[in-house]
Amino acid sequence: MFRAVCRLSSAGSRGLVRSRPRYSAPLVSRCFSHEKVETDEEFDARWVTYFNKPDIDVWELKKGMNTLIGYDLVPEPKIVESALRACRRLNDLASAVRILEAVKQKAGPYKEIYPYLIQELKPTLTELGISTPEELGIDRV
Amino acid sequence: MLHLTTGRLGSLLARRVTAALSSSSVRMASHSHEVSQTDMSQPMYVDRLDIPLPDKPYKDNLSAEEQSLKKKEEGPWSQLTKEEKIALYRMMFCQTFPEMKQPSDEWKTVVGVALIFLGISGLVVWWQKVFVYPKTPRTFDEEWQAKQLKRMLDMRANPVEGFSAKWDYEKGQWK
Repeated sequence: MFRAVCRLSSAGSRGLVRSRPRYSAPLVSRCFSHEKVETDEEFDARWVTYFNKPDIDVWELKKGMNTLIGYDLVPEPKIVESALRACRRLNDLASAVRILEAVKQKAGPYKEIYPYLIQELKPTLTELGISTPEELGIDRV
Repeated sequence: MLHLTTGRLGSLLARRVTAALSSSSVRMASHSHEVSQTDMSQPMYVDRLDIPLPDKPYKDNLSAEEQSLKKKEEGPWSQLTKEEKIALYRMMFCQTFPEMKQPSDEWKTVVGVALIFLGISGLVVWWQKVFVYPKTPRTFDEEWQAKQLKRMLDMRANPVEGFSAKWDYEKGQWK
């Protein structure tokens, strides 16, 4: 869903970003590279696994989040959830709130994405006791 | 930026330059503007929208109160009050995202200073005209220009589409 919002979808780390052809190919289908394109599901699964590492350390969390925010997409709720759980394992509430701020920023002008994300994350937020930036009152200057 | 503060003697200057260049410590520049300079080889804190989790927390030295709050953070977060959560956030980060995105009035300063410098340049140009440039050649005089124009018309310069084509020779005026 979030991918449809953005122009390009593939992982930025690849360096080579292509839009997938959605039309049925004519007689000759030309592929300009033999690289395998990662599907959205594979991308999500990869990132969920990254943050689900039980003994994830502070640096890995930071590196993962900063890289993820660098991509041209809003992370799926399940990726954000596993990142928030990683914050819990690291006893870092501030970073958890920061992550919520960051994904709201990533949604940009598409104002309906962030409320949807919070709605999907509500069970996790209540379970872990994470307050949203709005609840803390830091969503305004 | 090299701070070459002393050294009118050539050799002293040379020694200073080599010392500054070969030294690895930034403090070599004596009497620089800041008393303590940032060690750029250490992780630094930065508030950036595209770097949500900086390399280090904002506050390094925690008071006893802050340290006990950090201890409490290791337990269930639902037991933290709203103020404690905000305090934890402010210990880790300097500005919130909305604070980072605040517009500033810096552009007014930039435009203002740019216009000031353009104004100064304008003054310099005017002063040059008055005090520096020699008299313009006689070919710029009104009388000379009029005679030049008449000569061009008499020669029928560009009579088809250009100069003289625009002059009405019967009426003695421009068309």
